[in-house]
Amino acid sequence: MSVLRPSAEEPLPVPEQPTRSLTPRAWARENLFSGPVNTAVTILFGLLLAWVAYRAIWFVFVDARWEIVERNIENLLVFRYPRDELWRLWGALFVLAGGLGLAAGVGARGSLHASPLLALRRAGPMLALVAVLLAFAGSPTATLLVVAITALAVGARLLGSRLPVRGRWAPAIALGSVLAAYLLVAHFGGVGWEDWGGLQLTLFLAVGGIVLSFPLGVLLALGRRSRLPAVRWVCVAYIELIRGVPLITILFMGAFMLGFFLPEGVETPSAVTRALIAFTIFTSAYVAEIVRGGLQSVPRGQIEAAQALGLSTVKTTRLIVLPQALRAVIPALVGQFISLFKDTSLVFIIGLTELLAVAEAITKQPDFLAQGLLVETLLFAGFVYWAGSYWMSRESQRLERRLGVGER
Amino acid sequence: MSATTTAATRRPPPWRDVRVLRLAFQALFLVGVIALVLFLLDNLVFNLRRLGIETGFDFLDQPAGFAIPDSDFRSTQSVQDAILQGARTTLAVALVGIVLATVLGIVVGVARLSPNWLMRRAAALYVELFRNVPVLLIIVFLYLAVFLRLPPIGRAIEWVDVFVLSNRGLVVPSLRATGSTGPFLVVVALALAAAAAAWIWRTRRFDATGEPHHRVLWAFGVLLVVVALGFLATGRPYGLSLPERGDLGVANGFRMAPEYAALLFGLVLYTASHIAEIVRGSILAVSRGQAEAADALGLSSFQRLRLVVLPQAFRIMIPPLANQYLNLLKNSSLGIAISVYEVTKVTRVSIAQGAPAPQSIGILMLVYLVFSLAIALVTNLVNRRLALP
Repeated sequence: MSVLRPSAEEPLPVPEQPTRSLTPRAWARENLFSGPVNTAVTILFGLLLAWVAYRAIWFVFVDARWEIVERNIENLLVFRYPRDELWRLWGALFVLAGGLGLAAGVGARGSLHASPLLALRRAGPMLALVAVLLAFAGSPTATLLVVAITALAVGARLLGSRLPVRGRWAPAIALGSVLAAYLLVAHFGGVGWEDWGGLQLTLFLAVGGIVLSFPLGVLLALGRRSRLPAVRWVCVAYIELIRGVPLITILFMGAFMLGFFLPEGVETPSAVTRALIAFTIFTSAYVAEIVRGGLQSVPRGQIEAAQALGLSTVKTTRLIVLPQALRAVIPALVGQFISLFKDTSLVFIIGLTELLAVAEAITKQPDFLAQGLLVETLLFAGFVYWAGSYWMSRESQRLERRLGVGER
Repeated sequence: MSATTTAATRRPPPWRDVRVLRLAFQALFLVGVIALVLFLLDNLVFNLRRLGIETGFDFLDQPAGFAIPDSDFRSTQSVQDAILQGARTTLAVALVGIVLATVLGIVVGVARLSPNWLMRRAAALYVELFRNVPVLLIIVFLYLAVFLRLPPIGRAIEWVDVFVLSNRGLVVPSLRATGSTGPFLVVVALALAAAAAAWIWRTRRFDATGEPHHRVLWAFGVLLVVVALGFLATGRPYGLSLPERGDLGVANGFRMAPEYAALLFGLVLYTASHIAEIVRGSILAVSRGQAEAADALGLSSFQRLRLVVLPQAFRIMIPPLANQYLNLLKNSSLGIAISVYEVTKVTRVSIAQGAPAPQSIGILMLVYLVFSLAIALVTNLVNRRLALP
């Protein structure tokens, strides 16, 4: 083959050059100046990028008036949550750091090969987000608390990987800590979710939506794969109906119609609850399609083997099919969580004050009115969404590679 | 033989017969679902009556009570007309958005595979930047922080009559009928038929003799020649309307209000970042051996791309691309946040004007379902056409 085609010619352009040791000069020649066209592109693009980078850096560090974000950082993060009760949120962060760290350690038992440097790189977007938040908060106490929380998370992660606990308890530990954190924030003298706002509401709707829609989605997926036509039709109708309409129409349904569907005497739930119900209805259809993909990926032989062992249909599903199917769809579920996290911004339209709505609302404060500060606040909100989504999508790609999903 | 017949005649008692149990379970399930739906509907009708809200669809013929900016729709027209007007806007935004997002997505996706490092990085930066931010935020940002901040009409950004960009929106050239257009449209239809005939003729000839068919060149050549001749013969029925900026506004051309431009570009920028990833993934998914085989056959790098890699990549690309098109259609409903009068905004306003919410939202969902179904049908047809026999 190499007689016909010299091997120096690339068969296909690839995104990343294979790691070869090149001198900087040789690397530049290969990647930037390999021909007249390439050189022209490099120069043109280089100038354009340099200009964009210069404008962006100039704006962020010189032109932008970040005072509006600095003074409203608490509003952006928790909005209406009483400032006297902020210790509850810090406490919840400690509980979450400990619980999730422990769960991560238990789940990844025996595979603690990541070097500290690599771990730091992986956490890059998250660290950037925390650094930006702390810079805006400008409070030494907050910085100390964040350091303590990080230390707790790392410690719990290391402890978890040494505990004699089975990996399948990891989801239970994670859920337990989320529940404990919620109870600390909302109960025992705390403030219920009706009055949450800012980033806190964004995270609550995203986490609550995915947790509630997961069991519903699994049931719908099983129903869609059922051999009973009546069950299958109902599930297909639900899934396709929901997937065919925009999220905002379902949020409208929750906002304007939910009360009509309740019998007389039943009180209409609060706006946040209605939004949560709408998110659950919406996301469960998408989770169902993801889980269906996982169910289809379980080899037929597994089911036949289970039947040969005399397991009932329910037991086959519970013990053989679901564990394998759900393990395969974890990365896709993370992807769905990311879309949900971004989609929570839609409650802005039905009048709830999550992050985007607060970012818009604070530009109408008397001190900042009509000064065109929307660019600053929206960039801040955008950065929070971006860092969270980007970090999660990279983690899910890593998970996908580790689970070997999609590899033949 | 006799053993099986006796087994078939001696059925187990019904409470242990799988077939009976299945039927019974399904019947029970259906009864449960129907009971739930009836319970909700009953509550709905009861609550509507209790609050004195109409339960039928008579509101559709009532006057809307609101005007739609940037359109001929007046508040005396019916709610039904308003919804139709909104649905047209939704469809227009979705279709134009799909075309632009596909073009931009393919350009960025191919750029991500460029041999030039800088271009690869720039494309990756674009994708990661827009993919990880809510599309609503992009739209709101474009509207409030970009389009409304553009210079006023007196200091508009313009480029040799091709576009005028100001805080009153974007004006681009448009086609304008200058004479009777009927005969010309007939010529266009004839030209399409002639192009199809040329295509078929070249294909048949290729099948028979094996000489290169060049059917794309032939078909487009015929189309172009016939349309151009027809255009001249029917007395130039269309003229190009170029935007001309005056002191108070822009004359001629097609004007896109800032909110429409923000919605369109927001959707395009966001969806293109997803399409770019699909394009890149699909090209990479074509097995390396295919490209190597093309090299072994001595195809040039362009032939390799056009004849071997792209046809296979397209096949992989279509289903996820169809999904993105549906997403773009559904995301166009976010126009409501910046007061684009697409069908969602129209529904919201008519509810505020007193139209009953349940029926209005039902109609809104139906409109989206119909559009989704239409897009799914078209993409399924393309998919079937490209699928391996």
